[in-house]
Amino acid sequence: MADHDESLPDAPEYATSNIAGSEPSDDDEPLDLTHENNAKIIMLGTATDDDSCASFQFENEDHTLGNALRWIIMKNPQVEFCGYSIPHPSETKMNMRIQTYGEITAKDALIKGLADLRDLCDVVTDKFIAEKERFVAEKGN
Amino acid sequence: MAPSKEELERRRIVGVELERVSNVTSTDFPGHYPGEDHSWNLDDFKKNSKIDIHKANDLDYEFDLIGVDASVANAFRRILISEVPTLAIETVFVHNNTSIVQDEVLAQRLGLVPLRGDKKGFQQLRWRKKSPDEPAAEATDFNTVVMTLKVACTRNHATPNTETDPSKLYFNSSVYARDIKFAPQGRQSSWFSGAGEIRPVNPDILLAKLRPGQEIDLEIHCVLGIGQDHAKFSPVATASYRLLPSIKIKKPITGEDAEKFVNCFPKGVAEVQKDKKTGENTAVVVNPRKDTVSREVLRHDEFKGKVELGRIRDHFIFSIESTGMYNSDELFLQAVQILKKKCTDFQEKLMES
Repeated sequence: MADHDESLPDAPEYATSNIAGSEPSDDDEPLDLTHENNAKIIMLGTATDDDSCASFQFENEDHTLGNALRWIIMKNPQVEFCGYSIPHPSETKMNMRIQTYGEITAKDALIKGLADLRDLCDVVTDKFIAEKERFVAEKGN
Repeated sequence: MAPSKEELERRRIVGVELERVSNVTSTDFPGHYPGEDHSWNLDDFKKNSKIDIHKANDLDYEFDLIGVDASVANAFRRILISEVPTLAIETVFVHNNTSIVQDEVLAQRLGLVPLRGDKKGFQQLRWRKKSPDEPAAEATDFNTVVMTLKVACTRNHATPNTETDPSKLYFNSSVYARDIKFAPQGRQSSWFSGAGEIRPVNPDILLAKLRPGQEIDLEIHCVLGIGQDHAKFSPVATASYRLLPSIKIKKPITGEDAEKFVNCFPKGVAEVQKDKKTGENTAVVVNPRKDTVSREVLRHDEFKGKVELGRIRDHFIFSIESTGMYNSDELFLQAVQILKKKCTDFQEKLMES
């Protein structure tokens, strides 16, 4: 108990240098707590020889990423099938199956899906900021 | 071959019928309709998507997100509720608690108190890892915010004997969230200074009641967390969306029926207007946004075949109510950034392997 009551020590120096190295933030810059990448993904052993069909296991992901990613991968005309499942509710794992028509590998389809979803996020951010400015300007008049 | 305007309109509407819903799943995928291209196209998305703000208060936002799929809108909603990090009380060290509220109950109450402070200051904070072997598990000014709550109740001898109101009879008969005091550690005094001090969003939350001789003396440690771990870390009171209702009148509804039709909907949804050509009183839909889609209109035989209810598949009316640490608009932008970071991170990992 006694050790909890001591005043907190300052962070070691490495933490300070980390802050100095990060980009300067303005008001619209959202909170970025960690620059670390803790994402974990593995390819399950159910891929075909030509890699056109494969299953991937995402750790610490759920319907949030699963469904959005499934939708955008299904938008790819070279993909024949894409589906995801959460095999067990008490394991924080999300499985995704991708089957392509064979012109690209399943991994390429996944990478394209992630890139497309990222582009979508950028568009939504831009539109939201623009609309906010318009709304504030209109209200000001 | 491009689909006709009517066909596109039909695909956009999720039907709401008397006993069932129709046209539920989205069909905008390549290969679903022969000869149509539904592949992902960023320029088309830029052209067809739209955001319309309707209400913009600091803590209460309502806007329309148009042109995205339900899966994406749902991802934003889920991230808002459970993945945007906030600061909340995590550990309470009880030096003294002689109130009737048990230690664990008091700690639980404290945990749910929403906190606020300088937003730029929050950017300096880092996760406090839970596992003991991680180096960051140690509490530092980067990952832990210390607050204190020290209140003792005493008798007010100045009150007359006839007084029965405890708030006049005693000092500190009630402990409120405003009594929680920020105790800055290290560099925190510069990150959270003056008006940016870390404090409860609502100073009037009642935490406990005291009587003379009772005392509460606590040291409180706050850490960053996400709603997935505990609801106290959720930055929103509610984040929800609904689809814009659509009411289509197929055949003119006139006379007394028009009056009845208008009364089937909440105020402001429909109106009786004089038709310019026939001069008859006719029901007109003026603002379907206000409708609750109660389906009352479908219960009456006189409207059979005259009206079609539905919802617009890609028109989401988002409502975000913040608990106060961030403004609602900042929260939405953060949620989008979090989804983007997920994509970037997995993409990076896939490229490496």
